[in-house]
Amino acid sequence: MALITPDKLKSSYDVIVVGSGAGGGQTAYTLTLEGIKVLMLEAGRNYVPETETPMFETPDQAPLRGAGTPDKPFGFHDSTIDGGWTVPGEPYTCANNERGRKFEWWRARMLGGRTNHWGRYSFRNGQYDFKPRTRDGLGFDWPMDYADLAPYYDKVEMLIGVYGENDGLENTPDSPPGVLLPAPKPRVGDLLFRKHAGRLGIPVVAAHRAVLTKRLDAGNLPARLHPGNPAAQRLVREAMEGRAACYWATECGRGCAIRATYQSTTVHLPPAMASGNLDLVTNAMVREVTTAPDGKASGVTFIDKTTGREHRAAGRVIVLAASSGETVRLMLNSKSARFPQGLANSSGLVGKYLMDTVGASFTGQIPALEDLPPHNEDGAGGAHVYAPWWQYQEQLAGKLGFARGYHIEIDGGRRLPGMRTAGGLEWVTGGSYGRKFKEDARRYYGSFMSFSGRGDMIPNEDSFCELDPAVKDKWGIPVLRFHWKWSEHEIRQAAHMQQTFADIVSAMGGKMRQPPEKDGAKAIANGGVIIHEVGGAIMGTDPAKSVTNQWSQTWDVPNLFLTDGAPFCSNADKNPTLTIMAQAWRAADHIVAELKKHNL
Amino acid sequence: MNTTPSRMDRRTALKWMLAAAASTALASRYAQGQGPAPAAQGYGTDPDLLKHYKPGDVWPLTFTDTQRRTAAALCDVIIPADDRSPAASAVGVVDFLDEWISAPYPAQVADRGIVLPGLAWIDAESSRRFGRVFAELDATQQAAICDDICHAATAKPEFREAARFFATYRDLTAGGFYTTPQGRQDLRYVGNMPLATFDGPPPEVLRKAGLM
Repeated sequence: MALITPDKLKSSYDVIVVGSGAGGGQTAYTLTLEGIKVLMLEAGRNYVPETETPMFETPDQAPLRGAGTPDKPFGFHDSTIDGGWTVPGEPYTCANNERGRKFEWWRARMLGGRTNHWGRYSFRNGQYDFKPRTRDGLGFDWPMDYADLAPYYDKVEMLIGVYGENDGLENTPDSPPGVLLPAPKPRVGDLLFRKHAGRLGIPVVAAHRAVLTKRLDAGNLPARLHPGNPAAQRLVREAMEGRAACYWATECGRGCAIRATYQSTTVHLPPAMASGNLDLVTNAMVREVTTAPDGKASGVTFIDKTTGREHRAAGRVIVLAASSGETVRLMLNSKSARFPQGLANSSGLVGKYLMDTVGASFTGQIPALEDLPPHNEDGAGGAHVYAPWWQYQEQLAGKLGFARGYHIEIDGGRRLPGMRTAGGLEWVTGGSYGRKFKEDARRYYGSFMSFSGRGDMIPNEDSFCELDPAVKDKWGIPVLRFHWKWSEHEIRQAAHMQQTFADIVSAMGGKMRQPPEKDGAKAIANGGVIIHEVGGAIMGTDPAKSVTNQWSQTWDVPNLFLTDGAPFCSNADKNPTLTIMAQAWRAADHIVAELKKHNL
Repeated sequence: MNTTPSRMDRRTALKWMLAAAASTALASRYAQGQGPAPAAQGYGTDPDLLKHYKPGDVWPLTFTDTQRRTAAALCDVIIPADDRSPAASAVGVVDFLDEWISAPYPAQVADRGIVLPGLAWIDAESSRRFGRVFAELDATQQAAICDDICHAATAKPEFREAARFFATYRDLTAGGFYTTPQGRQDLRYVGNMPLATFDGPPPEVLRKAGLM
């Protein structure tokens, strides 16, 4: 067991990784299985999904029937610990709190971070997504191509287990044969959606989600993942054997005690821990990255939250994977005579070009789904199908009035009843109560379908974060101040989502509570609300115009790497987690190679 | 059997409610809430998720006897017993409503400011129309009041605030009820159990939805 307290720190590590989520988990996994000695620092507490996950608890067993509160914003049984939109004692500020200008920041102070509760959507960025500027003249191109990352997407999908199908669709890459797990059968609402959206020209295909629809092939995958490394193969095989297939119950947001979904805590960290090459300190709030006289990073200082004491750790390489916001904050707080603007910030771009995903949603009531015979719709604890963006060519021809696309996620069905299951029915029932209300509740149960657009945001000059000049957290560390503004591209995209969803509801013969919102500025969720915060330390080819190179290695400090979403220089509509992991694996491979060559 | 003090209490309470209803618009009492917001603590950001909780376990319940009686009567008017499931009050919904309006969180404090004045209003309205509190009305009398406030979109102006209360109260009652084992059974929810395979919708479902 490599969970240690700060007094057990070794005098130096090959690599220090700050953060234990998708980026930090993948980085530590790759490094430790290659024999690199790693220290991981996590600001939250240790978390053990196998023993802490409420797999079958029902809302009536929770306070307030499990409804969300500021303590547990996504509901009582959501896995998030010590987090949400606010963290006690750890504020952040916004320069402007108006709708559309405000940034809302979701954090999770726990081992594994936000990977414990995420939606498990695992989409690859496509070719266009790496070269958006070349394609439409906006934003930034990545200093790499899809082909550079494709082998890492393959490896991550094989390691974590992703269900889905290969559909051969534009800018929606297929995976090689044998990589994806079988997609779960569509629910009845999925089939209706597919039938009617299909008539509108919208493709509805299997979602890609990191849930094991069958057990991983522990006999063959390890050798494909770690050729020539029998020790790594053995550790990965053992870890894969410890993961069960989904048993078709329990929302994935609770986390998964049987390790059927990807969480850093159930997939990345077990083999890393078992390697003996990982020391992990939890409750370790990193204050700054320290530097040596030669300008290289030398280690970090951190506060042990259990004692309030400050500690130092030394490493040859420092990897920040604390979430885009926290990584930026750490860099800006790591000021020295040599780095007066913060670490690796000679470009002045640390904190700039922060992005989230464009989000807008709409609900319809679908008469064809009323009064259905009872049947189990729990499924894979999340969506089985989705609609990838379908209008690439019309958009490129300038016919849509906005430059980037979105995909559609849906939700609905006869799921475990919660506080809202029979709530807000007045608009369809005309205000029934009594026996009539009970009949209405039965009739309408499972007949509502919600549509959520998830769209590409183009990085802009007005969306960034910086250190607040006055506000500090409870340890005296300056906090972030966010600035946010959507461009017309995102606002028009949100209006387009609304119209599309209304068209789909109409095509399904459904009812709408209100007409679609024509003003995208009213439909679009605030920045940060989709919890896809990326950017803030963008990668590029020019040290004056970017913070890192294509290896997520900072230009100014060659032994400082950023393996979370911070180096993203675009934010495709595809949910970012899979790309974070693929790029983290790629960056970690680069670290291994450079360490072997004594370049770091 | 009623004892003298409790009759006095009820009469006093009624007088107060009638006076309040006459002198103050319901809206302004909504804004003020009724009674101070609970000072209790929430469950914090790292509660035990495996523990099974019941109302009153984390913060104290605060309904008065009068409020509790009216709350029970109204939630049973909304969800009465029928051949498929019991009435709301029979499966603990009143305790849940009490838990909800006693909680220290902003949304629940706001609902407290709707529910408690609403319960007082409905007793006052019952007394004005029929000379008795809501719980003591017969079903026809209860329906006469509920029919006026059950649909906010079409309620007469003088009942609009009360209709907003009713909408909130119906949502809370339904939330409390359909999350119980009896409520899940009423909806014919099937799930929350491990399965070896997920087979998708059976043929009769596809037929009913027009998919085959």
